[in-house]
Amino acid sequence: MDFNLTEEQEILRTVARDVLTAECPTKLVRETAKDEKGHPLRLWQQMAEAGWMGLIIPEEYGGAGGSFLDLIVLLEEMGRACLPGPFFSTIVLGGLTVLEAGSEEQRTELLPKLAEGKMLLTLALTEPSAKYTGDGMQTKATPRDKEFIIEGTKLFVPDAHISDYLICAVRTQATQSPEDGITLFLVDAKSPGVSCTLLKTMAGDKQCEVLFDNVAVPFSNILGNLNGGWLILNKVLEKAVVAQCALMVGGAKQVLEMTVEYAKQRVAFGHPIGSFQAIQHHCANMLVDVEGCSLVVNNAAWRLSQGLPATQDVAIAKVLTNEKFKRIAALGIQIHGAIGFTQDHDLPLYFKRAKAWEISLGNTIFHLDKIAKAAQI
Amino acid sequence: MDFGFSQEEEAFRQEVREFIQKEYPPELRRQPRVTFTPSIHGLDDEGWELMRTLSRKLGAKGWLSLGWPEKYGGQNSPFLQNIVYEEVLYNNCPGINHIGVTFLAPTLIQFGSEEQAKRHLPGIAKGTVYWCELLSEPDSGSDLASIKTQATEDGDYYVINGQKTWNSGAHLVEWGFILVRTDPNLPRHRGLSYFLIDMKSPGITINPILDMLEEYEFCEVFFDEVRVPKKNLVGGKNRGWYVTMATLDFERAAHMYYPSIRGYLDRLTEHVKRSPEPLSPVLRNRLAELLAECEMARWLHYRAIWMMSKGNIPTYEVAIDKLYNAELAQRVAEFGMQVVGHYGGLLSGSKYAFLYGWPSYYYLDTISYTIMAGTSEIDRNVIAQRGLGLPTE
Repeated sequence: MDFNLTEEQEILRTVARDVLTAECPTKLVRETAKDEKGHPLRLWQQMAEAGWMGLIIPEEYGGAGGSFLDLIVLLEEMGRACLPGPFFSTIVLGGLTVLEAGSEEQRTELLPKLAEGKMLLTLALTEPSAKYTGDGMQTKATPRDKEFIIEGTKLFVPDAHISDYLICAVRTQATQSPEDGITLFLVDAKSPGVSCTLLKTMAGDKQCEVLFDNVAVPFSNILGNLNGGWLILNKVLEKAVVAQCALMVGGAKQVLEMTVEYAKQRVAFGHPIGSFQAIQHHCANMLVDVEGCSLVVNNAAWRLSQGLPATQDVAIAKVLTNEKFKRIAALGIQIHGAIGFTQDHDLPLYFKRAKAWEISLGNTIFHLDKIAKAAQI
Repeated sequence: MDFGFSQEEEAFRQEVREFIQKEYPPELRRQPRVTFTPSIHGLDDEGWELMRTLSRKLGAKGWLSLGWPEKYGGQNSPFLQNIVYEEVLYNNCPGINHIGVTFLAPTLIQFGSEEQAKRHLPGIAKGTVYWCELLSEPDSGSDLASIKTQATEDGDYYVINGQKTWNSGAHLVEWGFILVRTDPNLPRHRGLSYFLIDMKSPGITINPILDMLEEYEFCEVFFDEVRVPKKNLVGGKNRGWYVTMATLDFERAAHMYYPSIRGYLDRLTEHVKRSPEPLSPVLRNRLAELLAECEMARWLHYRAIWMMSKGNIPTYEVAIDKLYNAELAQRVAEFGMQVVGHYGGLLSGSKYAFLYGWPSYYYLDTISYTIMAGTSEIDRNVIAQRGLGLPTE
C-alpha cells in the first residue's frame, strides 16, 4: 500500500496549480458563468498546449498516454480552481466513451482532434425524467436505410451548445430489461433536427435541453455495439463519477485552505478567531472530511485504473464527497461570516458547485441505493 | 498510488482467519463482553483465563510484534500487524493486551533504553505480560499536564505518592506505565517523568470501579510510598510529557473501531436478510451511509499505518483516525438500536435478547469511545493546532 503520488504526478499537480493560479483566476470563473458560451478560449488553448486534453489519450493518437490516476490528479487541481469550460464534458464524458467504445476508425478520427483541443464532445444522457438508470433512456432511434432516425429530448446535457458532437444514449430496441436495447450514437451537433436551449444554472455551468427531431445518423456513427450501449455507459460512468469526485476533493481542499488562512488573520475579541475552539473544531471537522474523501476517491480511482471491481467503492466515494463537500463549503461560509455570502467572494463558487456536483452523475440518494444493492441489502 | 494489499498480505490474512476458526470457540465470539474491543477487563475469572491463554497463542505465532523492528523480533510490518487486529476485531476475538502491545511497546522502542527494551518487550511479544496505563487523576483528565502524583528521588529509587484513576485492567495486570511529577518547580509540562512500574509493588492499592455496563473494567489506583527503581525511568527525568504524547499517539491509532463496526453491521444485515420484514427504505439508506463511512474510517486508519510503515510518526493523523472511528461507532450503535427496536432494550442473557444482546451492550459501550484515549474535543484541538496550524491563543 502506498498513498504517494508518482514523481510525474507530483510535477503534473505543481504545473497544473501554477497554470490555473495564473490563468484561471476566480474573476475569470465569474465572468465565464455570465457568458453564454462559457468557454474561455485563451485558457482552453493554454490547457491544450500544456497537454491536458491529451493526457489520457494514447500516444499513437497524439496524446500523452497517461493513466486514469493522472487524470484524477489533474481534475483535483481543476476543482480547486473552479475551472470553467468544457474539459469535463469533452475529455471525461466524451473522451472516456470514445476510448472505451470507439472503433479503430472512430478513434483515429476523433482522438487526435480531442488531444489537440480542436474538438468538443459531450454526453447526452439524461432526459426530462432526470434518471441515470436504463429506464431513463426513452429517446428512440429507428432504422431507415443506412441511417437511424433519432427522436426525443435530452436534458441537463453539459456544454451541448458548444459541442461539435454529442454522444447520445438512445433506445434502439424495446426490451424486458430497461438496460438492454440502448445504443450510443455519435451525433454531429449541426445535424438537421438538433436544437439546443441553454438552461440557467445555479453554479453557472452550462447545461442544455437538446431536442432531437427526426435526426438522421448513419450506421457508422454507432459507438460500440448496437443495443450494447449500457455496458459501455456503466464503465464510463464509473470513471466519470470518480472524476467528478476528484473535482469535489480539489474544491474542498481549496475551501479549507482559504478558511484556515482567514481564521488565522481575522481578529475578534482581541484574538484571531482561529484560536477559538468553536472555530478550531469546525476546521478540524473540515480536515477530517477532506482527508477522508481524498482517500476514498483515490481508492476508487486506483481500483478502476487496475480494472478491479469498483461499483461499491465508486458509489461510496460519490456519497461521501457529495455530503462532505457540501458541509465543508457551508462551514467555510459560516467561519467567514457575511462576507462569505457575497457574490464577489470566492466561497459561493464552491458552495454552489458542491450542490451542482452532488446532483451531477447521481446524487446521494441515488448512490446510497447503489451501495445498498452492492451489499445485497 | 497503490491501494491494494500484496499477495503476501492477503495470504497472511487467510492464515489469521484459519487460526481464529481453529482457536476461538464460537460461543466465546458471540459474547457481547468480548465484542468490539480486543482487551477486555470486565470478564469473569474463566473468561479472563481464556483471554490470557489466547494471548499466549497469538504471541507464540509472533503475531503481537509484527510491526516492531527486526532487532526486537518483529517484521517491521505495521500492515501485517494491522491485519491481525482487523481479523481479531471483526470476529469478536479477545486476547490482545493493547495497552502493552500497541501503546507501550512502540513507546519503549522509541524512547526506552536498550536494557528496558530487552527486559520488557519479550513478555509483551509472547503475550505473557499484561500492562495498564496510569495517566489520568481525579482532577486531571484532558488537562493531563496538571497531574499531582509525585515522585521524589531516594538513592537508586523514586518514591511515588498520589492517585491515578480510570485505569483499565489495573486490577488484573502485572505491569503499568505511569506519568508523575518529578519537579514541581519547573513549568508544568517540563516537570513530569514516565516510569514503568510493577503493579505488585508494596504501597499500591487498587480499587476497581463499576462502570455503567456493570463491569469492573477500570480502576482507581493509590500510591503510598511506592518505590520504583531509577532504571525504570523512560526517556529521562522530566522528559515524561514527550514520552506520554508518543504513547497517546500510538494509543489513538490503536482505537481502530472499523473492523468491529463492520462486523456488527454485517451481522445485523445477515439478520435482516433472514427476517420476513425487509429493512425500511429509511434504514436501508442509513445502512448504506454507514457502510460508506466505515470505508472512510478504514482508509483514515490505513493512512496512519502507512505513515508508520514508512518510518514516519503520525501526529494529527491518528487524532483524525481515532476521532472518526469513535464517533462512527456511536452512530452505528444507534443504528443497531433503530433496527431492532424494542428488542434493543434487552440485555445479554435475557429471554428474547437479540443477537446475544449486542445492540444494548454496544449502545452503552460506545459512549465511552469518545472519552477514552483523549476526548473527541482534545482530538479536534490536536487536529486544528497540529494539523492546520491554528493558533493556541
